[in-house]
Amino acid sequence: MAAEYQNIFTRVQVRAPSYAGVPLERGNQERAGTPVHVRLLGWIGDAQLGPLYLGWFGMASLLCGFIAFEIVGLNMFASVNWDPVQFVRQLPWLALEPPPPSYGLHLPPLNQGGWWIMAGFFMTSSVLLWWTRMYRRARALGMGTHVAWAFAAAIWLMLVLGFIRPLLMGSWGEAVPFGIFPHLDWTAAFSIRYGNLFYNPFHMLSIAFLYGSALMFAMHGATILAVSRFGGEREIEQIVDRGTASERGALFWRWTMGFNATMESIHRWAWWFAVLCPLTGGIGILLTGTVVDNWYLWAVKHHVAPLYPAVFPPAIDPSLLPGAKP
Amino acid sequence: MITTSRVTLLALATVIALAGCERPPVDAVQRGYRGTGMVEVFNPRITATKAPANQAPEPLAPVPAGGPPASTVFKNVQVLNDLGVGDFTRLMVAMTQWVAPQQGCAYCHAAGADFSSDALYTKVVARRMLQMTRHVNSDWKDHVAATGVTCYTCHRGQNVPAQVWFTAPESKQARRLAGDNAGQNSPARTVGLTSLPYDPFTHFLSQSNEIRVVGATALASGNRQSIKQTEGSYGLMMHISDSLGVNCTYCHNTRSFASWDSSTPQRTTAWHGIRMVRDINNNYMEPLTKAFPPHRLGPGGDVAKANCGTCHQGAFKPLYGANMLKDYPQLATVSPPPPAVPAPAPAAPAAAGAADTPAATTAAATKP
Repeated sequence: MAAEYQNIFTRVQVRAPSYAGVPLERGNQERAGTPVHVRLLGWIGDAQLGPLYLGWFGMASLLCGFIAFEIVGLNMFASVNWDPVQFVRQLPWLALEPPPPSYGLHLPPLNQGGWWIMAGFFMTSSVLLWWTRMYRRARALGMGTHVAWAFAAAIWLMLVLGFIRPLLMGSWGEAVPFGIFPHLDWTAAFSIRYGNLFYNPFHMLSIAFLYGSALMFAMHGATILAVSRFGGEREIEQIVDRGTASERGALFWRWTMGFNATMESIHRWAWWFAVLCPLTGGIGILLTGTVVDNWYLWAVKHHVAPLYPAVFPPAIDPSLLPGAKP
Repeated sequence: MITTSRVTLLALATVIALAGCERPPVDAVQRGYRGTGMVEVFNPRITATKAPANQAPEPLAPVPAGGPPASTVFKNVQVLNDLGVGDFTRLMVAMTQWVAPQQGCAYCHAAGADFSSDALYTKVVARRMLQMTRHVNSDWKDHVAATGVTCYTCHRGQNVPAQVWFTAPESKQARRLAGDNAGQNSPARTVGLTSLPYDPFTHFLSQSNEIRVVGATALASGNRQSIKQTEGSYGLMMHISDSLGVNCTYCHNTRSFASWDSSTPQRTTAWHGIRMVRDINNNYMEPLTKAFPPHRLGPGGDVAKANCGTCHQGAFKPLYGANMLKDYPQLATVSPPPPAVPAPAPAAPAAAGAADTPAATTAAATKP
């Protein structure tokens, strides 16, 4: 029945004895929890829930993450005078701000950015510990470490924004506040301060990889779903044993755009596009303020920004007129 | 049945989520070169609700010229002493309509006392405000042009203009262990409900801190303006945008906020306006602090001060550019200058003069 293939949820749920995973090497803790099967989970993923492996790195990461979350949350709560109603109403606006620029890289008092440094330390620790956990779990299963390195690309961007660039600029005040609207306003202010980030070529690359990742994800997901009636979801087997699903999917793209990826290469495309998004973005942020001060003027200098015909009479900076004060 | 209730729920959720939004469609008017996004966006329904609040009142009938000077007929005429008695009285009537239509003459002239009495603080303030109005109309033509201002531009029939500002008090938590908001991160109307620093006025319209943050060279060459300073300037710009009911592109080409060669002429006007407001706040309002009773002062004991919204009140030109001054030319003449101030010159030197002589103007303000 054709309708079998036109469903937004996964149609096949395997019911089998729970799988506990491969035997672990000596020194690894056993996995925790008895696996259960959840039908709802089976609609969007694997119906089997568990076992979990937390381990020391996972525990330490969760603890650090919790501390960072609490420091940020309690500072936000304090900033509305511990009023629970205002806390909820104003939550999107609330933030924990980095120290004023006047402190440079010195340690500020707790309430002048000290909390921010502490929250940043625990958040970074949490993320790095989680990275270690991902790396070690992959190794324990005998897998490659592709997931950990992709995660590292995101951590690179986070560290550039909150640690490396402020360090190079000599001021923690350059870093991002912890808050929903405040970090967005920070982003807009960052672009304004450095003469429009859209003229930063690494920002351009990052956007291309971001949107490219979304496009590629859509193309790949759609292709595989479209050939699943021919067994196309068995992608890994079809890398070496190309069946009619692979051939049809490949021909479809050759017909429509003249070129096709393979069952293996499409995953390399996807991995690199996703990884290059924060990688190039981080380079762009790192160059901003340290090397380039005004991306618009940089783009004019290198003939990236076009000149448009004048519409208004030329405006002259009034502060340059004789006798004027800025 | 289930589907119906789900659809209803979805519709309700959508309505709630969009409740804070303006109803489309909005109008857009292209102002710059095509493709550059130099477009004014406005919502015709919101403009329509603003229009009645921005109408200039009918002018009073003119009086015949001539007559004896007001200063010979009335006692204690310090500012309008160049007016004939007819014009003087007509202006007094107009001022009453503009500023105190409910209270009438008695708002400034103590009931039962002689008109010359300075017993009420309102009279002392009104005198200084007349000097300010003449100063604005004669020395700040770079901002107000020939349209000028009258009392009504700000007051609109109210004792205190609807939009004035006081310095925001420091956060209660700033001196405690946690929760300092660093003067930002609160849904403040002053900065268009963003999380930007919510008191840009003290910093930029009272103090003269540097608004410009963008570097003038492509590569880093020592510009130390921080992101936090940028957020401050950004907050001031949100205020200007909100006060004038315009978007960024009214003054700036947003591909380069800093470049003057791609900006509109309105940016120059706004530049002078910022200096004009500083002049008003520092040389006219601040020195009056002691004249006001405590209930007119702000939480920190500071006097009510002006910003862009005080005159503009949501319109790109106050009262949509209606020229009230032509009916009251007495408000455009030059007050007898205080000794230290040179004769009015083009606006830029006037700005410099105003900033240079606060002592002289303060002295004039406190003169009995």
